[in-house]
Amino acid sequence: MNTATLFGLCASMLIGLGLYGLLTHPHPLRKILALNVIGSGIFLLFGAIAFRGAAAGMNADPVPQALLITGIVVAFSASALAVALLLRLFEVTGDVSLANEDPAAHKDTSKDRPHD
Amino acid sequence: MTPSLALNLALALLLLGMAGWAVLVRSTQAAVIGFMVFGLLLTLAWARLDGLDVALTEAAIGGGLTGFLLLGAAVRLRSVEHRATLQAPGLATRILAALAAGSVTLLLAFAVLTLPSPAPSLAPAVAENIAMTQVGNPVTAVLLAFRALDTLLETLVLVLAMLGIWSLADDRVWGGRPGFAIAHDASGILHYAARILVPIGVVIGGYIFWIGADDPGGKFQGATLLAAMWLLLVLAGLRDAPRVSSQALRLWVVLGPLVFISVGLLGSWLAGSFLGYPQGYAKLMIVTVELALLPSLTLILGLLIMGAPKREIGR
Repeated sequence: MNTATLFGLCASMLIGLGLYGLLTHPHPLRKILALNVIGSGIFLLFGAIAFRGAAAGMNADPVPQALLITGIVVAFSASALAVALLLRLFEVTGDVSLANEDPAAHKDTSKDRPHD
Repeated sequence: MTPSLALNLALALLLLGMAGWAVLVRSTQAAVIGFMVFGLLLTLAWARLDGLDVALTEAAIGGGLTGFLLLGAAVRLRSVEHRATLQAPGLATRILAALAAGSVTLLLAFAVLTLPSPAPSLAPAVAENIAMTQVGNPVTAVLLAFRALDTLLETLVLVLAMLGIWSLADDRVWGGRPGFAIAHDASGILHYAARILVPIGVVIGGYIFWIGADDPGGKFQGATLLAAMWLLLVLAGLRDAPRVSSQALRLWVVLGPLVFISVGLLGSWLAGSFLGYPQGYAKLMIVTVELALLPSLTLILGLLIMGAPKREIGR
């Protein structure tokens, strides 16, 4: 198996792993982290494609590589804004829940009486 | 199996293992540290894919700064971690999520295995025109000449993200300093490390910035290293975080983007297109833009990590 295909398949699995984390984690910080795993996977996939484009004496296509550098920086600024929003949410409400109802209260009521 | 393939395979397995750890482990702090290790491994993968410029960026920003940002937030949110995990979804949701994620992976894997051959490439076009830009590193040529508009918009995104973070400040502390400070301890190890490391880091940052014209490196990687040194100074208590209402700070922040836009407008006057460079002056204009961007990017990257203002003006 050649290098590009190997890392391309690895990137596909990274994207899947990140997507699973994004969908299942209740903690918003873990969602931001999972988004970064997805992002890294997408970047790696793009990098594998750039590696296939080796031509004209260059070991890889420089155009996607330059776009990747732009992408990594933009992904970082998005993460920084997301973390700031999350910390502000924590400051204002004292909690980081994304649910509409209080998780502790919900747990208590479900213990006390059965669901309708 | 050749040694090269064995190395790639080991690297891919380690990457998947660390990403799995970062996604699945219970403790948020452990997950973030796993993510930082993942970032370092990814840097090696970039080196294997002959993307040294990307490898440097990934090491500095993807693994380094992002990891630092997430770790800081994980520590601050430790008290509510248990409450957050109470809302974990049920088994059915997990199975559905695994099915969705698995099918995305399968689709992508199918796409990877059926990529067109020979691969389309813009490398010949870059090789043909790189002489006009007078820089030797093709990635820098793409970033600052062929696709300079992307880079301009990227710096604007950074400024916008910074403004977004500043605007999250409470009204009472608007214009104040970010709450990013640690008690000053002149005998502490952090204080000592900052005094030893910062001069070395600044030299390396400047070097990575300067060689970017002809070798892997450039303003983003250099600025990230400089920003890290600034954060170290602030963390060690040697310098306080700046007031975000400071006119000097704001001037340095917008200097890079303003020079970039001015050079672009100059291009539409002298070379007939926005961000076009007149014959023979490409290198001069590229270096001007990079020099102006370096301090702005350093400040913006540092300020993105420091977060929203927390302390009133004067404190």
